[in-house]
Amino acid sequence: MNYDRFLNPEVAAVPPSGIRRFFDLASGRRDTISLGVGEPDFRTPYHIRNAAINSLLDGETQYTANRGLLSLRREISYYLKHRFGAPEYDPETEILVTIGASEAIDLALRAMVHAGDEVLVPEPSYVSYSPSVIFAGGTPVGVVTREEDDFRLKPEYLESVITERTKALILPYPNNPTGGIMEREDLEALVPVILRHDLMVISDEIYAELIYDGKEHASITALPGMAERTILINGFSKAFAMTGWRVGYACGPKEILSVMNKVHQYGIMCAPRMGQVAAEEALRLGRENDYEDVMTMRESYDRRRRLMVESFRAMGLHCFEPYGAFYVFPSVRSTGLSSEEFCSRLLMEKNVAAVPGNAFGPCGEGNIRCCYATALDKLNIALDRIAEFVKERKG
Amino acid sequence: MNRVTKLESSLLDLLKEDCRLPLEKLATMTGATLEEVAGTIEDLEKRRIILRYTPVINWDLTDRERVEAMIEVRVTPQRDMGFDAVAKRIYRFDEVKSVYLMSGAYDLLVLVEARTLRELASFVSAKLSTLELVTGTATSFVLKRYKEEGVVFEGDESDGRLVISP
Repeated sequence: MNYDRFLNPEVAAVPPSGIRRFFDLASGRRDTISLGVGEPDFRTPYHIRNAAINSLLDGETQYTANRGLLSLRREISYYLKHRFGAPEYDPETEILVTIGASEAIDLALRAMVHAGDEVLVPEPSYVSYSPSVIFAGGTPVGVVTREEDDFRLKPEYLESVITERTKALILPYPNNPTGGIMEREDLEALVPVILRHDLMVISDEIYAELIYDGKEHASITALPGMAERTILINGFSKAFAMTGWRVGYACGPKEILSVMNKVHQYGIMCAPRMGQVAAEEALRLGRENDYEDVMTMRESYDRRRRLMVESFRAMGLHCFEPYGAFYVFPSVRSTGLSSEEFCSRLLMEKNVAAVPGNAFGPCGEGNIRCCYATALDKLNIALDRIAEFVKERKG
Repeated sequence: MNRVTKLESSLLDLLKEDCRLPLEKLATMTGATLEEVAGTIEDLEKRRIILRYTPVINWDLTDRERVEAMIEVRVTPQRDMGFDAVAKRIYRFDEVKSVYLMSGAYDLLVLVEARTLRELASFVSAKLSTLELVTGTATSFVLKRYKEEGVVFEGDESDGRLVISP
């Protein structure tokens, strides 16, 4: 049977993620060391898992409010304000708990984007933004970021792609795949452009806790005049090693949040209660012990981050210093191979999986994403193998 | 009590994970110089904070005969010396791997290793029980080791993550 007639042509035309092909290539292989993951190698801290178990044993298995448990929303409000200087979001009207940050991004786009609207997506960045814009009926427009600028978003590049149809900007920092960050002054430079063109900002700050070397996460919501035009998105996956729990959230002006909640209410109902209970425990204990779990994991990532950067540089590859997330994004141009060739051959010849940079947008070509959230002994073996591979290429 | 610096604490964490990490890597990962790392480790050794670098071995996979037991020992503490003197008497035996002073129903926990069951039995009956300050022992044999020093010996510890994810 031919199903073409039944499929929505716009949805069907969206190409599958560039990561998918590598996933298929890599998953069939044995003994591969993967630097291709996008999640922590830690398990969710025990007390968080235990809180969820106890809640289940107590029979807390019902729906929660559409917007999520009020007690969790209160914790989120406190957390964002005290940890990142975000405004004090009203737990009743300005916070929505979602199924991971992914749902929050999708909701923000669906609530705002109308047919023909353009949404700016810095490249390289996380693979879901552009397809989500398309699914919402809009047109994604890439914004170039460059290695010379440490992959920070520059106002001139932003300005250059804005049209009268531009409605929103997705701001994904700290960035996956580059590890690049935006410091306060970098964000301040964008504000005049955003205001002049009356844009909304969708600020995906899922990696906000994973920032290194004395740098501090800067949230655009903390800048004057920006909270009212920003949907702040965050979640528990990266900071608290809770990827499988699927709990994220969106915060922003109540007028937009209530429309997002409408889509959420009809499509989802609510995020799973056990995940919400676990998330609340993560923030509650974090508030009491100064986010000890997060800090311990961050310190461990930072050691591995230094090792990665140093090792790639020692191989003669250009590797800018990533101050955020848990990825390094070295350039493989000097090997004469494209990102795809480099990654395929590295996988075939040395059994190490990395993700080609162009999977994250055309300006990722020439780089590869390597995740360092992997056990140190494996990381060391992988680095040795990559060094061998590079040496063979460069002669 | 020794206060450890941030560098010392990082190095202890890293060496605990893998004590064969070369100095260069330790330096890179902690952001310290090679000299600082070498000096700090030497200092940790001198202060007897780092005592030895030993591997975690799964003897069960070898054909080496080996019996381990944990012995709960009740003793009469001595005036002025408390439990220290009797602990010392006990830890001097070659068979004894570890001795801990415990709170609770007994006083000392003694981990003992021998080649055979007979050797171990004779250690308890001939050497340990006959010490005059020992008032009683309860010996439990180790049947199987599941986890030691944070390392799981058996079972699937694969990380459960997808090989590639966005």
